[in-house]
This record gives sequence, structure tokens and C-alpha cells, in this order.
Amino acid sequence: MNSLVKYFSDFFSALKSLLTGMKTTLKVFFRKKTTELYPEKRGSLYVAEQFRGRLEMVHTEDNHHHCVACGICQMNCPNGTIQVESQTVTNAEGKSEKVLVAYRYDLGKCLFCELCVRTCPHHAIRFTNRFENAVFTREKLALVLNRPGSSLQPKPAKPAPADTNTNPAKPE
Amino acid sequence: MFDFSVVTTWIDEGLRGIMPASGAIAIECVLIGVLLLAVYAVFALVLILAERKVCAAFQCRLGPNRVGPWGSIQTVADMVKIITKEIISIRHVDSFLHNLAPFLVIIASLLAFSCIPFAKGLQILDFNVGILFMVAASSIGIVGILLAGWSSNNKFSLIGAMRSGAQMISYELSIGLSIMTIVVLSGTMQISELVESQNDLWFIFKGHIPACIAFVVYLIAGTAETNRGPFDLPEAESELTAGYHTEYSGMHFGFYYVAEFVNMFIVAAIATTVFLGGWMPLHIPGLDAFNQAMDYIPSLVWFLAKSVVMVFVIMWFKWTFPRLRIDQLIRLEWKYLLPLNLVNLIVMVLIVALGWHF
Ligand code: SF4
Ligand code: SF4
Repeated sequence: MNSLVKYFSDFFSALKSLLTGMKTTLKVFFRKKTTELYPEKRGSLYVAEQFRGRLEMVHTEDNHHHCVACGICQMNCPNGTIQVESQTVTNAEGKSEKVLVAYRYDLGKCLFCELCVRTCPHHAIRFTNRFENAVFTREKLALVLNRPGSSLQPKPAKPAPADTNTNPAKPE
Repeated sequence: MFDFSVVTTWIDEGLRGIMPASGAIAIECVLIGVLLLAVYAVFALVLILAERKVCAAFQCRLGPNRVGPWGSIQTVADMVKIITKEIISIRHVDSFLHNLAPFLVIIASLLAFSCIPFAKGLQILDFNVGILFMVAASSIGIVGILLAGWSSNNKFSLIGAMRSGAQMISYELSIGLSIMTIVVLSGTMQISELVESQNDLWFIFKGHIPACIAFVVYLIAGTAETNRGPFDLPEAESELTAGYHTEYSGMHFGFYYVAEFVNMFIVAAIATTVFLGGWMPLHIPGLDAFNQAMDYIPSLVWFLAKSVVMVFVIMWFKWTFPRLRIDQLIRLEWKYLLPLNLVNLIVMVLIVALGWHF
């Protein structure tokens, strides 16, 4: 008797759960589609903010960056992607100090692991979600991230880590 | 309502006018054969595209959208590709059976396809046990699948084919019994008469409760019969690479692929014909004005619209439910569907005997 009751209750509960599943999928069927039409809707693409497109160096409006050329990012990079070229100069106070000359980053070698960004003590670099990285020759992938003529942000102004990683996708 | 037999008799009389009857019949046979193959191919292309679009929508994607407007000629491009592909000959296979198997599958599917009443007067095979023939012909395909598995010299293929055999033989019963329920109600097996006798009301309404149960059982068994998800364990990609057609390439693989999709349409078309009135417009007894308005919609449109809905439901099944295990599959059939079906058949017999249907 008991097994008979179980037989029928199993039958109807299974039927109910199947219908629940079908209701859910039907809802998904009419949901807005997430596919982005790439070349057509290039201007209005949605790319997740945390998407690691390529590395860039944070620059302030008056062309200052925060990199002290310590080379921590270079040491932490598992693939030898970063070359920090620096130069030792004597500053106004008479102390000798390292200054960034060229921050070389080879996009073709990058693993997009973000270790460099996480280990940088000054939040000088970040990832943008610009994803259009394709070029015709490998040479074009070797980038210099510090802008020409840029220099280290003078001491009093603390680096501002808060506004990093908030760069919407902008087509080139 | 337009009767397509006007066109066919006109062609027939025209041909008989200019040549002896045997010549006319020969030409008609060739014409019908070519037409059938062409329609079959077009249906396959449209269905594959529809499947890809529907599947995409269930996964919040857009699906193919590059070749042609909204990807509409994507499958045509795919067809060209698959036709030009090499058919790789594999060592240590039973090459005669290996090459024969896809043709058995496609012939079975074509035979069943030619029984479908597309519109008033637009039906190729129609005789007094039509629906029985259709079910019988469509199950020849299992022979092709078993042969494919056996001749491939590959254990995945063989496991897939054995699963397919167990599954199809089991579910054949449910299909037969659920159609039988309706045959009891209508009193005929001829497909054209089945449709004609739904003139006043479709069978699913006429036979109310038992007809509805038979309809649901038919849909489940039909989905299993076409080896589609959630019953796709004969090809279960994750376990058996591609099941019985693992070793096939080029157009031989294409035959299986095409047959699978057209079989899905055939199942939908039988469901339409047997339960939802085939090409018969929606007629409600007593509402004459409404019935007449419905008659203005061509019968071909009625048939295709109903079939499309059924095809959508079958696709909906596939993209909703996870795949069953083989023991669950067999249990579903023998412990649940079959008893339900038998009881349902008896109920239907009682209802017909006592005149409790509409
Ligand atoms: S993301 Fe990884 S691989 Fe790329 S530069 Fe940074 S540390 Fe090197
Ligand atoms: S980017 Fe950061 S870690 Fe790398 S050299 Fe500059 S300050 Fe040091």
C-alpha cells in the first residue's frame, strides 16, 4: 500500500518539478540577450569593468604618474613582460634617487594575471577593459606605458588608489 | 478551402493526355521523388537553423547571425561545407554495413515523411493503415543505428547503438499505444480520414482527458524516439563522444544529422495530425461564423503553424531537462508510461463505448 502511495506521489511530484523547470527556461527564453554585436554596436559595447584588456599606467591631468621605478612589478611578473628602465639622479635636496625612464610592457607576452597590479605598492599601474589588442606586427605590441614627458607625482599629493579600475570601454 | 488535389489531378490529366498511362505514372513518380527530397532537405535546413536559434535564446545568446540577414543562410553554408568534406574510410570496419547504415536511417525518415498530410489534398502516401505504416516505417531507422554501432568497430559506437536500441524499442510501445488511443476514438487508421474526422473538433478536445494524457505520453515518447535531449543518451557527447555516429564523417554524418532533425519534425507532425487536427482549422461546433473565418486561413498554414509549435515544445524539452541515465530511461517507460498508457487505452475504449466523448 505504502509503495503504491509512493509510486503516485513520485509521479506527480516529478511532473510538477518538470513543469517548474520548463517555466524557468521559458522565462529565460524571453529575457534580454547578452550577446554583444561587436563591429556593429562598437560604440555601445558593454565590457565588464574587471575585464583585463591591457595594462596601463595611471597618469594625472598634469602628466604625472606614481611609479617610483622600484621594479617590484618586474620581479613579480611570471613571464618577463615588464622591463622597468630607470636612472639614478641627484634631486634638489642632494639625495640620489631612482627615476623612471621607460616602462616597457610587451603585450604579446602578458598573461593577464594581474600580479603586477596587485604588487605595485603605489597603485601606479592598472588594467583597462580595452580589448581591441589586435595589430599586424609583433613590434606594435611592445608598448611604453609612461607618457612622454611625464614625471613622478610630487610628494605631498598622496596617490589616489580609489579611482583606479573605473575605465569604461572606449574604442580607439 | 483550397484543395491541393485540384493541382495534382490537373497535372495527372495533362500528362495522361499527351502520353500513355504508364509513362504518366513514371513521370509522376520521378516528380514526386524529386519534390519529396527537395522538401526534405529544405525542412532539414530550416529545422537546424531553428534549433540553433532556439537553443541560443534559451541560453541568452543570439545564435548564428553572420551569414545572411539574422544568420538565415547559415545552414545553407554548413550544407555546402559538409557536402564538400571528405568521407574518411576507416580501417577494420565492416565497410558494406558501415556505408549502408546512414542510408537506412535516411530512407526510414523519408518514408515516414512522405505520409505527412501537409494540407488538404497534399499528401503522398495515403492508404487504409497509413498511421500504422508511418510508425512502422519510422522505426526502420533503428536498424540503421544498430548497424552503424555494430559496423564501426568502436566501443563508443556500439554502446551508443545498444542504448539506442533499448530506448527505441521501449518507447515504440508508448508511441503505438498512444496513437492507438486516438485510433479507438476515430475508428480509422487512414491519415486523411483521421484529419477529416476532426472537422467538427480536434481529437484532443473530442477525447478530453484520455486524449490529453495520450498527447503528453506521445510527446515524451516521441522525444525519446528521436534520440533528442533529455533522451539523447545514445549520443551522449560527454560519455560517448558522439555515440553511434562517432566514426562517420562528411555527408554520411550529415545523413544522421539531417535525419535526426527531420525525425523531430515528423514526430511533431504526427502529434499535429493525430491530436491537433492536422491541417484542419479550429472548428467549434455551434459557432458557424467563427468556423468560416477560420476556413479562410489556408490549410498549409494551419498545419505548419501547429507543427512549429510542437517542434518548439520538443526543443524546449531538450534545453530544459538534464539527460537521463539508461536505467532511469527504461524505468520511466516500463514502470510509468506503459501502465499509464494501457489504463488510458481502456478508459478511452470505455468512453467511446459509452459515448462520453464530444
Ligand atoms: S599581468 Fe602578469 S604577465 Fe602581464 S605584466 Fe602583469 S605580472 Fe606580467
Ligand atoms: S609600477 Fe609600481 S611596482 Fe612597478 S616599478 Fe612602478 S612603482 Fe614599482
